[in-house]
Amino acid sequence: MITGNFTTDACLLILFLPLLAFVINIFFGKRLPRQGDWVSIGAILITLVLALSLFVEMLSNWNYKFSHEVYFSWIDLGAFKIDLGFWVDNITIVMLLVVSLISSMTHIFSLEYMKGDVRYNRYYAYLGLFTFSMNGIVLANNLMSLYIFWELVGVSSYLLIGHWFEKHSAADASKKAFLTNRVGDIGFFIGIMIMFTAIGSFNFQQLFDGVSNELISGSLLTLAGLGLFMGAVGKSSQFPLHIWLPDAMEGPTPVSALMHAATMVAAGVYLTVRLFPLFTVDALTIIAYVGGFTAIFAATIAITQNDIKKVLAYSTVSQLGYMVLAVGVGNYVAAFFHLLTHAMFKACLFYGSGSVIHAMHHSLHDMHDHDTDPQDMRNMGGFKSKMPVTSMTMTIATLAIAGVPLFSGFLSKDAILAGTLSFVQSNPEHWILALFGFSAAAITAFYMFRLIFMTFYGSPRMPKVFDGIHESPKVMTYPLVVLAGLSFFIFYTVPYFNPFKDYGWFTKLIKAGNSAVPGNPTAKEIYDGVHYAHDAAMMLSLLVAALGIGLSYFMYYRKSLSAEAWSKRAGFLYNLSLNKYYFDENYNKFLYQPFLRLSRAVAYVDWDLYDKYFINGFGYVTKILSKITGRLDFDGLDQTLVDGIGRSAQGAGKNLKTMQTGRLQNYMLFALIGVIIILVVQIT
Amino acid sequence: MDHLLSWIIWLPVIGMGVIAFIPRDRSVLIKQIAAIVSGVQLILAIYLWYVFDASNGNLQFMERVEWIPSFNITYILGVDGLSLPMVFLMALIGFIGIFVSWNVTNAVKGYFSLFLLLNTGVMGVFLALDFFLFYIFWEVMLLPMYFLIGMWGGPQREYAAIKFFIYTLAGSVLMLIAVLALYFTCGNTFDMLLLMERAPIALNGMLWWGMSAIKVIWVLLFIGFAIKVPVFPFHTWLPLAHVEAPTAISVILAGVLLKLGVYGMLRINYTMLPDGVFWFAGALAVLGLINVIWGAMCALAQKDLKKLVAYSSVNHMGYTLLGMAAVIAAAEMNGANLISAQAGLGGAVFQMFNHGTISAMLFILVGVIYDRAHHRDIEGFGGLASQMPIYTAFVAVAFFAGLGLPGFSGFVSEAMIFIGAFPVFKTVVIISTLGILLNAAYFLWAFQRMFFGPANEKYNELPEINSREVLTLVPLAVITLVLGVYPRPFLDLVAATLNVLIDSVVSFGGLAAGM
Repeated sequence: MITGNFTTDACLLILFLPLLAFVINIFFGKRLPRQGDWVSIGAILITLVLALSLFVEMLSNWNYKFSHEVYFSWIDLGAFKIDLGFWVDNITIVMLLVVSLISSMTHIFSLEYMKGDVRYNRYYAYLGLFTFSMNGIVLANNLMSLYIFWELVGVSSYLLIGHWFEKHSAADASKKAFLTNRVGDIGFFIGIMIMFTAIGSFNFQQLFDGVSNELISGSLLTLAGLGLFMGAVGKSSQFPLHIWLPDAMEGPTPVSALMHAATMVAAGVYLTVRLFPLFTVDALTIIAYVGGFTAIFAATIAITQNDIKKVLAYSTVSQLGYMVLAVGVGNYVAAFFHLLTHAMFKACLFYGSGSVIHAMHHSLHDMHDHDTDPQDMRNMGGFKSKMPVTSMTMTIATLAIAGVPLFSGFLSKDAILAGTLSFVQSNPEHWILALFGFSAAAITAFYMFRLIFMTFYGSPRMPKVFDGIHESPKVMTYPLVVLAGLSFFIFYTVPYFNPFKDYGWFTKLIKAGNSAVPGNPTAKEIYDGVHYAHDAAMMLSLLVAALGIGLSYFMYYRKSLSAEAWSKRAGFLYNLSLNKYYFDENYNKFLYQPFLRLSRAVAYVDWDLYDKYFINGFGYVTKILSKITGRLDFDGLDQTLVDGIGRSAQGAGKNLKTMQTGRLQNYMLFALIGVIIILVVQIT
Repeated sequence: MDHLLSWIIWLPVIGMGVIAFIPRDRSVLIKQIAAIVSGVQLILAIYLWYVFDASNGNLQFMERVEWIPSFNITYILGVDGLSLPMVFLMALIGFIGIFVSWNVTNAVKGYFSLFLLLNTGVMGVFLALDFFLFYIFWEVMLLPMYFLIGMWGGPQREYAAIKFFIYTLAGSVLMLIAVLALYFTCGNTFDMLLLMERAPIALNGMLWWGMSAIKVIWVLLFIGFAIKVPVFPFHTWLPLAHVEAPTAISVILAGVLLKLGVYGMLRINYTMLPDGVFWFAGALAVLGLINVIWGAMCALAQKDLKKLVAYSSVNHMGYTLLGMAAVIAAAEMNGANLISAQAGLGGAVFQMFNHGTISAMLFILVGVIYDRAHHRDIEGFGGLASQMPIYTAFVAVAFFAGLGLPGFSGFVSEAMIFIGAFPVFKTVVIISTLGILLNAAYFLWAFQRMFFGPANEKYNELPEINSREVLTLVPLAVITLVLGVYPRPFLDLVAATLNVLIDSVVSFGGLAAGM
């Protein structure tokens, strides 16, 4: 790898500085002043500056074709070679900025949130490990590096979800997250193997070239694409592997904001965006259905949850489904756009919830109340007056996620819905995708405002707790303000100013390329379709957002519609949603437990049947045989024949007797000698 | 340095001789001598690594001395890219093993003498190039192992030792028959280099009792080696031997001895019976798959930590078989896919080494907790992470290395094996990728039960891992990590030899059309 190039050097530093912070804090953090949090914060802030400078350079170059690749030889056996390296283009640069920005915010927010934690230094160390791994995914120029960092992200998630491992629920959640991700990784790895076998490379560009030269095509390519997509299903928590993300909320809230909202879970979407040129039409259709279904499915769960973080978690699953849907309908630039805007407003929402939980926690702590759940929105209400900054920023982020004009989410969600609508217009048999998309948008607006109304408006449900609520300190509110600011449209449309169109630096610099698969729709066809569908999609999405917000307003703010009555009226559906459609219970009943029983049976067969009876059976049989030969030898030969011959032979008889020692190795030796004699005779 | 290989082999025996003259009550001195001898051996092994010519895939540092001329038995030694990593591994783990055994108090003199003898036996097998010599070393290794398990082991040590002994001996007998068969069919020679040249031609078309001679000899040798690996269904001696053996012996057993089986197959079956490779590769891959899945499922069900780790060895060695089988991809009829053959075989050789370092760590760590808590019941712990944080960190490193996390060497070898075997054995590989999940499942579940959850007050006073124990783990962890991040130092060393091996399999294989 050649250095001296600014992009390369900056990327190397962006990648390795957080790793360095990890190493320092894990080994020496405890002994450093302030347990080394400044090491991590220093490293991440330098990373942020570097990412910003790359971003500024990108803006000043204004070149949508920018591409920069460096690599080194990792394995070279002659024919079998693997090179690892970076591929930097505008998507990479934007993503690097997102990761380092949100990571910086998390580092700062945690200063207060994690203050006094027993494993404070390790927490910061793991944040560094995560940032390193995530940037590794972003920078990868080949499937092997991508997979390596993919797994490292998984392990940092494991460590951070399980940060409070004394709680069984946290330990369970961390294991569940890792294993569920590994289910996806099986498919991912099979996809990698199919691609490598066909094309002989892991490098993205070479894979694209191989696909356009039809080294791999048809159903095999579809299969490979779906395998790779399975990795994304795991990491981005798509149906049916969505079960781990809500449990991952056991981790500290800033971690949820960083990993389980903005970046790590977006890695799956990033993967599909990166690999878009490889997917066949069939694969894309399945991807679209998985994404669309996840979007609506998770949204319907979010409406009944009472844990503030669980609502946000299901909302994240649903929004990730949106992005996957966008990739599936070919509009992958919209998917990446939503990834970007979602990272900002969702991180803001999580920090906001963290701020609320922090306040609740302190209030309950002062009251010596250890039974009330600080995350349950039924214990909140009216916090607006006590926590004005948190309330204001969260409301802004909620307006963004609901898709209200002037906010970033409006632009990106609109782009996704336009893409879906255009896809459905040209493929009417897939009409249900549009239904998924628009109804999920309505439901999202509904449950997000439900969250805001239940937490910040109305009268306090627990007045005593309410009295102890205070706004969080500045290190916590500043990140909120920054991210709420970034939820306004203007940051995505500069240098233009039109809150109804996503026209700006993003659309100018992030351009869709053509699929490498011959016969797939070209980028231009997709773009034109989106363009035509745009106005209709915008009208519809405004309508559904208004519908969702309005319903929420009447139900949870004006209370002219009773939420309780409606939940009773739709009791069956309500229970399905409240219990997350019983996925955890059924997986447990029909997958984990049977498999564990099978494993126990296998172990029993192995140890208590096969080994004890079959293998040891050889020993018993040999023992019995040796006893018989011993008896024959002693009683038959020695006592009758030898004694009959006379006392002179008795010595020899005794010698033979000693051979029946019961030691198996002796018999083995005799057997061996016999075999050798037979063999020698046979051959000569 | 002349006779470098002989020095490496016989140095422990010299140490044994010195220890013989030390009074039995001077136990510290005995340990020190053992440590010095192993230390010097390790330095020699590192030196050998340094002077070894990696660009040359053939045998180097050959030594050849007439031994029993009337039977054409010769003392021949040599090292290539296949044996060099194993020699280094044995030297390293032998050295570490001395320190792992540091708190042995019972019959110290006997223990360390046998320990050194074991070292010589193993080194001899890796370096011998005369089949008779190979067999002698193979048996020499068995003897100290029997006593080390049988005298210094756990409660069921005698049962475990005799089972280990008989099982392995049964394999040896089959191997001996094969050795003699090769001797008589290939012009009365035990010289492996000659056998490699002659056997494929001499055995071509030969029928014994209506069966192809190649197949008969292959199967005899295979079972002999398979018991050592251990390949399903010859694996049940392993958990027992591991559970009963003292820590250092488990470390050597898993770390090095299991590799003798794979090494034997590659050194002997692959070079002398290349046709058999093509005949048997499918079975090898399937057996590898069974090892992976069966081993993992058994591990998942274990309650005894040491047995879990033992079954994880069955699981991990399964990958090696799968990788070895991929070598046939390089043949003309399989599309001359050299990439795949190199990846698979290279992965197998690398996996042997990586399993050596990783399983050694795992067994040392099991020993650490057993020394303190006097049990190994996974369910009997809980919350250890807050009581023994440093120990927990080491276990986490070893478990993550064991479950094939990228960044650790095990990932690289397993990935290479999968990638290499995939083009030839698609279904088998796809099923065996379940191992990716199962490995993680049994390690993480055990980790959670032992270390997470509220602290168990019973173990509040458990002393943290001590510096001696840390020092035995650090070299292994560092090697695993360094080769995981950058595997070229290892792979460059073996690359040339891999190509020689692939060439010999492919060019001789298919020679005997009517096998």
